Amino acid sequence: MQELLNIFVKSIFVENMIFAYFLGMCSYLAVSKTVKTAVGLGAAVIFVLGVTVPVNWLLENYVLQQGALAKWLGPTFAEVDLSFLSFIMFIAVIASIVQLVEMVVEKFAPALYSALGIFLPLIAVNCSILGGALFMQERAYGTITEATVYGLGSGIGWFLAIVAIAAIREKIKYSNVPAPLRGLGITFILTGLMGIAFMSFMGIKL
Amino acid sequence: MKAARKLLDSIRPHFEKGGKLEKFYPAYDAFETFAFVPGHTTHAGAHIRDGIDLKRTMVTVIFAMVPALLFGIWNVGFQHFTALGTIDTKEFLDLMLFGSWKVLPMVVVSYGVGLTVEFIFGIIKKHSINEGYLVSGMLIPLIMPVDIPLWMVAVSVVFAVVIGKEVFGGTGMNILNPALTARAFAFFAYPSWMSGDKVWVNTADGAVVDGYSGATILGNLATTGTTGSAYADWSVAEMVIGTIPGSIGETSKIAILIGAAILLVTGIASWRIMLASAVGALTMGFIFNLAAPHMITEVQRNFMAIPYWQHLIIGSWMFATVFMATDPVSAAQTPTGKLWYGFLIGFLGIMIRVFNPAYPEGMMLAILLMNVFAPTIDHYVVESNVKRRLKRVKAVAQ
Repeated sequence: MQELLNIFVKSIFVENMIFAYFLGMCSYLAVSKTVKTAVGLGAAVIFVLGVTVPVNWLLENYVLQQGALAKWLGPTFAEVDLSFLSFIMFIAVIASIVQLVEMVVEKFAPALYSALGIFLPLIAVNCSILGGALFMQERAYGTITEATVYGLGSGIGWFLAIVAIAAIREKIKYSNVPAPLRGLGITFILTGLMGIAFMSFMGIKL
Repeated sequence: MKAARKLLDSIRPHFEKGGKLEKFYPAYDAFETFAFVPGHTTHAGAHIRDGIDLKRTMVTVIFAMVPALLFGIWNVGFQHFTALGTIDTKEFLDLMLFGSWKVLPMVVVSYGVGLTVEFIFGIIKKHSINEGYLVSGMLIPLIMPVDIPLWMVAVSVVFAVVIGKEVFGGTGMNILNPALTARAFAFFAYPSWMSGDKVWVNTADGAVVDGYSGATILGNLATTGTTGSAYADWSVAEMVIGTIPGSIGETSKIAILIGAAILLVTGIASWRIMLASAVGALTMGFIFNLAAPHMITEVQRNFMAIPYWQHLIIGSWMFATVFMATDPVSAAQTPTGKLWYGFLIGFLGIMIRVFNPAYPEGMMLAILLMNVFAPTIDHYVVESNVKRRLKRVKAVAQ
């Protein structure tokens, strides 16, 4: 239980996808103009990470790893190592799940669907999603529960980051930002400053 | 006074449109409005008739900081001569002189560099120069350790004013508190000058007494779990009066409370934020008290077991809450939002201080973090107000 809590808190705050690894920046910068769409995209990322990381964990542990096939196909496959396929397999899983999410959002929240526009299908190539799967592989989480908690935690961290910056961007709409910095420029500076604030969690060990 | 008015009037044509020094009008304007009540009236937007304007607000805050500054100056001298063991031979004036010699250059550098940057931006962007920096410029020396080199102060000030404030459009537009941005910059850029047990007391010119340690109380707590060390065991009275090592302005809780009283009576700082921050800090301290027996290491057990109310008089909690968290620009704007904002500052500040081995003090980062989330808090407070009122309207309509 303590281990799960540790992974959860760490993935939200200490190893925040945006402020610690700068992953998933493109949609973070592009869809953070209003809080409402940011919340929508953030929720979609939480969902996609929460589903793809455990599915990829299953793939990793029962197909790709060396000896993984032997767990269910018998000892003749003990030598097979398919981990060179992990990138393409992870991406395939992510792309198909994103398709599913897109259909669900279109059906149940058409307003959000049109607000998110191109960025919903682009979740498929959101670096934080593939990053989540690859971190899961690299850190070799032991159980599927740990992988799920990790996926949800990183999603929530990403969600917090995009909602915070969206609220700030709504506020600085009224600021007199120098012309060359308006739009993306000031957002980059903001992200850096927010990164300094998030340094407060660096080094916390549970 | 009349002579000054005359002088200003006589040079005025040079700065007006068509004059030789037209470009420097913001500088002229800043000096004129600093000395005299401006002769023009507001001509755009909604405005409220009130005796208090930005300038008066800022000057009140500076007055509120004076007790902490004076005590800080005295304490720099006191700590220095105590460390050298010559305190008995020194008079009050010696302490003040030594302290001024250390602290005033920092004030001068902070104001000089910061205002220069503001003037440059004001002239290029043709906006009038605001008084916002007067407060930040005084806060920055108060939150630095005494031994920090002046050029580091200067670099941090430039970073804070340019990246923390001017890129957002100047006073009133910034997201993070500029003084804390300066401190965070210095903290991450020059960590060895901003933490540890060497920087809080100036011992440069002389041999220290045997067994001397310049560690702060939080420094002691993080390494040994006790408030004192073999050199000195700080009593509660000393923590309250402030004869302890620490950043220049943070040590005396009495001086800070005088400042807090000024800010609260004049209504400039939000009592909601201060109260909520105290509640947050006490809550976290209380949780740590309960959790203390279950921790693994002895240091952590002892650290968490210190009486929960002592967190309010150790370290910078009080200074940060009174002068930094209540910054009206970077704090939450809605009344309910202020309560959440303050509570989380106290809560997280104490949590980082005790829990995070990387930082001996957490208030700086807790406030910066809540500055980042303040607009989010406001957004949801407003949203929930909208929802509640819509419900009320619907209930009336039915």
